[in-house]
Amino acid sequence: MELVNIFVRSAFADNMIFTFFFGMCSYLAVSKTVKTAVGLGAAVIFVLGITVPLNFLLETFILREGALAWMDTEGETTYASYDLSFLSFIMFIAVIASTVQLVEMLVEKFSPALYGALGIFLPLIAVNCAILGGALFMQQKQFNNVGEATVYGLGSGFGWFIAIVLIAAIREKIKYSHIPGPLKGVGMAFILTGLMGLGFLGFLGF
Amino acid sequence: MKALNDFVKKIKPSAEGKFPIMHAIWDGTYTFLFVPGHTNKNGVHVRDGVDLKRTMIMVVLAMIPALLFGMFNVGHQHLLAIGEVTRNMPIMDMFMDKFLFGALKVLPLIVVSYGVGLGIEFVFAALNKHSIHEGFLVSGMLIPLIMPVDVPLWMVAVATAFAVIIGKEVFGGTGMNIVNVALTARAFLFFAYPTKMSGDQVWINTSLDEGQRVVDGFSGATALGNAVEGGKNALDEMGASTLEAFIGFIPGSIGETSVIAIGIGAIILLLTNIASWRIMLSAVIGGLLMASIFNLVGDDGSYMAVPALHQLMLGGFAFGVVFMATDPVTASQTNQGKWVYGFMIGILGILIRVANPAYPEGVMLAILIANVSAPLIDHVVVQNNIKKRLKRVKTA
Repeated sequence: MELVNIFVRSAFADNMIFTFFFGMCSYLAVSKTVKTAVGLGAAVIFVLGITVPLNFLLETFILREGALAWMDTEGETTYASYDLSFLSFIMFIAVIASTVQLVEMLVEKFSPALYGALGIFLPLIAVNCAILGGALFMQQKQFNNVGEATVYGLGSGFGWFIAIVLIAAIREKIKYSHIPGPLKGVGMAFILTGLMGLGFLGFLGF
Repeated sequence: MKALNDFVKKIKPSAEGKFPIMHAIWDGTYTFLFVPGHTNKNGVHVRDGVDLKRTMIMVVLAMIPALLFGMFNVGHQHLLAIGEVTRNMPIMDMFMDKFLFGALKVLPLIVVSYGVGLGIEFVFAALNKHSIHEGFLVSGMLIPLIMPVDVPLWMVAVATAFAVIIGKEVFGGTGMNIVNVALTARAFLFFAYPTKMSGDQVWINTSLDEGQRVVDGFSGATALGNAVEGGKNALDEMGASTLEAFIGFIPGSIGETSVIAIGIGAIILLLTNIASWRIMLSAVIGGLLMASIFNLVGDDGSYMAVPALHQLMLGGFAFGVVFMATDPVTASQTNQGKWVYGFMIGILGILIRVANPAYPEGVMLAILIANVSAPLIDHVVVQNNIKKRLKRVKTA
């Protein structure tokens, strides 16, 4: 029940896009068609689902204050007194960057068409703030075990996936609308995101 | 009729004249009164007596029962609150007093909503050099009906302006918006000025004279507000049992309380084929299903245990499902999609209402979410159909 709760909360109430406005750059750039949006959304789910638990393990066993206690021999407290949390940004980013490389290779091997469609935005997931945001929120939320962290990562990715697929479908539809010139493209996407966020506010407080 | 037609044609201002806005206003009024005789210059042109304006007027007509009932109920709740009548007296006592009081409270809301909304429509029509769009006729009537009676008029004006500009005109006007205009207005107010849109002070007008409030600390929570606290017992106590909520003499937004009045509107909409029966039916099924699930898991006497049928009578469920979910522009366009879309509204509406006590008006948010999901639902339905047909071609 706790896991379901974490999943629903991270996917809807704490939606990366509509609540925190994280990962906006690729969200705005790759949401022109549903097909590419599904591809990038799936990639984000995959990356979050791997990096958040990995970073959780790093955090619990290396970075957090007193996390190194497992290296001490009986009765000593030398390692337990270390606090390496100042390293968390660089460690998290290293993990994220290497995972993204992995995803890129996988996508190129198995779906060259999608690889072409995603273009530069696939490697850019490495600097997508939703991914690093997921890791940092995980640090803040202090989950009990790696299972919870995994579910949190998958849930956040799923929320991002829903957001980008929804707006892609809408943007495909409003291609035929008489939108005033200056608002075409990104301007409209911003307004749409605001209106969608208005609806998603309903999940806040779950 | 002929004299009117001649007169309107006589005062027609020139489109190229000094004030192009005058022509837009004239054109809007003329086509509102008469079906215009001009035809398309190229391509196929289907003529139908039931054009967009006639459709919109039909929806406005369907809302009239809810509006009249709302006016009466506003007066009734007011007199109840100040103690002029009691709940045991026959409902028709002081009929004119109640109705006139309500009308005086509700009419300004309607005037402001139409004035601001149509004003913006006129300006945009003149700027974009097209004729006036008809869509606002319905939105302008919906907005007052989903407001609490005590909402300040300037808020209605701000919300209407926001909804018409951001919710509709930036998308290119009537027929191209993604979210329901009236709901955008309400959601805007709900999140921008929560104290004026929820709680237990806004639903009943308790003022006697200018600015005076007779009953200090008088609590006029809506049925939903009370149900959160005390479940079904609280509802029965305040006079909102299943039957009473069905008839509708309970506090709430102006037009949403009476399921009977809304039902008359629903029948008009369904007989004229304007609203989709698929959406209404699937939304009711979804709502009943979700409420029944809550009944199974909820403790006796809690909010979750309010019987499913009773749950649907309360709040904005009926109003939202009949008048807002069925908005042909923002709903799903495919028939299969309509089932999914309606079902989603029913499920989410009750889910948000019960599981998230901060937002008793879950139906509003559920319809907004369903509105933004509708294009995706349609996309999936269309893609599935394409796949199915491709398969058929290949096997044949």
